[in-house]
Amino acid sequence: MRRFVLASLAFAVLLASAVGSMRAQQPQAGAAPPALETLRVQRNVYAIFGAGGNVTVQIGDEGVLIVDTGLAASSTALLAEVRKLSTRPIRFIINTHVHADHVGGNVGLAAGPPDPRPDFAPATGTNAADPLQPLNIIAHERVLNRMTAALPPLKPGQIGGSERLRGMPLDEYFMPTKDMHFNGEAIVLYHEPNAHTDGDSMVLFRGSDVVSAGDVFTPDSYPFIDIANGGSVQGEIAALGHLLQLVVPAHTEEGGTYVVPGHGRISDEADIVEFRDMVVIVRDRVQDMVNRKMTLEQIKAARPSRDYDPQYVTPASFVKADQFVESIFRGLAK
Amino acid sequence: MARLRSTFAAAAVLLGALACAGPASAQADFSGHWAPLFHEDHPERLPGPELGDYLGIPLSEAGRLRADSYDADRISVVQEYQCRPHAGDYMMRGLSNMRVDAVRDPVTNRLVAYHLRMGFQEMERTIYLDGRPRPSANAPYTWSGFSVGSWQDNVLNIYTTHLKENYIRRNGIPASDKRTFTEHWVRHGNYLTVETVITDPVILTEPLVRSQTWVLDLTQQMGRDICETAAELPGAANTVPNHLPGTNPFLHEVADWYGLPAEATRGGAATMYPEYRKTMGKPANPPPAICVRYCNCGLNGGSCNLQ
Repeated sequence: MRRFVLASLAFAVLLASAVGSMRAQQPQAGAAPPALETLRVQRNVYAIFGAGGNVTVQIGDEGVLIVDTGLAASSTALLAEVRKLSTRPIRFIINTHVHADHVGGNVGLAAGPPDPRPDFAPATGTNAADPLQPLNIIAHERVLNRMTAALPPLKPGQIGGSERLRGMPLDEYFMPTKDMHFNGEAIVLYHEPNAHTDGDSMVLFRGSDVVSAGDVFTPDSYPFIDIANGGSVQGEIAALGHLLQLVVPAHTEEGGTYVVPGHGRISDEADIVEFRDMVVIVRDRVQDMVNRKMTLEQIKAARPSRDYDPQYVTPASFVKADQFVESIFRGLAK
Repeated sequence: MARLRSTFAAAAVLLGALACAGPASAQADFSGHWAPLFHEDHPERLPGPELGDYLGIPLSEAGRLRADSYDADRISVVQEYQCRPHAGDYMMRGLSNMRVDAVRDPVTNRLVAYHLRMGFQEMERTIYLDGRPRPSANAPYTWSGFSVGSWQDNVLNIYTTHLKENYIRRNGIPASDKRTFTEHWVRHGNYLTVETVITDPVILTEPLVRSQTWVLDLTQQMGRDICETAAELPGAANTVPNHLPGTNPFLHEVADWYGLPAEATRGGAATMYPEYRKTMGKPANPPPAICVRYCNCGLNGGSCNLQ
């Protein structure tokens, strides 16, 4: 009997400690995210992280629209993530800019199987032979120009054609805005001239109240102002100001319009303000140094971004402090 | 014998169930209306700190330059700042009335969260007690952050992550979005003491420990606090008032007004500790003979005498 009582008490203690252990095993802050992670932003719009640049996905009865397609190497995994959200056909891809971590998956996604529904997948004809159709890839014309310019030249006797242009944003636009209606909501593309590059688009999902901002906004890292591809600090600041006009916070100045940045977490107005202010303040410092006739090397040595470096630069950062300062300098020197 | 055995078995199961239920009998109840007490750091918390006063803050070099660059015009010129609320760590610091509601599971009646509502800017905050996992690092950060509490006897320990950028002190000392903070809530009768420990790898070199005390207020009525932004300077878009490094003309004021060594007002970890008084040197200007700024703060229920 005594042995039974002791066993019963031991069981009780074990049960209690097991529960305590379960409590202690909750995921900790800062745990590494999975290779690809999908989060719902709000309403029809989702964000997929880990494919290179962030990917924005809008779903509905009419199909799937994807903003940016990550790296080419991630396209299979990206398509699998998209298919978890919707089995409807991918109708549109929008590229926010020309960089490979945002357009690399175009080919892979465009080569996906055609729409399985009979009305959308004719057994014969052009569409059946060309899985690009009816997928449209949209970007500002400067993205198309830069992507076609980067193609290898045709060899003698070689002709172009759809295979050569696979994954190209042939549905380009050249006006300041382009609008469309898909899955029950208005979608507006805004060209942001000479910001991160010269072909940046920001995409507003008006019904879902989400903006896909591309690399104009990267809350965890300095912006990559790509001078070689037409970027400039003044255009970057103007684009961030425009983004602030597009977003409207909800109660207590948070939430409301959410933003999917080119890299980094889902954000709202307050995050953009801090980022914009950082760019403006460092720009002001570099401008002051330029006005005092300091050389680029002298400016770098003065470290005008040194108070922001611990927040925006890590060993893994693509843009280091010196690069950020130099890109500002070169933009101001133009 | 069989009856005795089943009695022991039932007792053992009951003992196990009680152990699993946690220290319910020791948990304090924090629900109710709480009014902040003003005796601690009143000038800093209510009228606001002096510009350039970093004393007692373990500022990093980065944090100090960020604070030096701060131009108070920013909170009016940058429209988005006008209605910005305190973040989760500072909302416990600012002098705002607070209501704490206990959130219970409707089936088990277990306490699963405390929900806070602050008078200032109608801020809300939830402290989860149900052990739920933290959100992804890719999820939005919020003013209040994501708080998870656990009991240690009658002390509620809370750890908060996912905080938006805000401020350590309302004179331009920022708080980065990389910070986290720990709280210890203790109730002594009708008094609530909240100790806050902020860790910010960008702005601070050491954890910053502060405490605040509240008193239960059974008659407190919390109204609305609605804020609406307005563009005050047309054409000021993308203008962010700031002082270039080395040009802030206001940094010496606090040392001059209070007769402090200028170096002490620059902050740093050493200035947190009482021993610092022995080494902080002498002021360039002697302290005024009589109090001229922020006199009688909080005494007799009065406000400060700011000249």
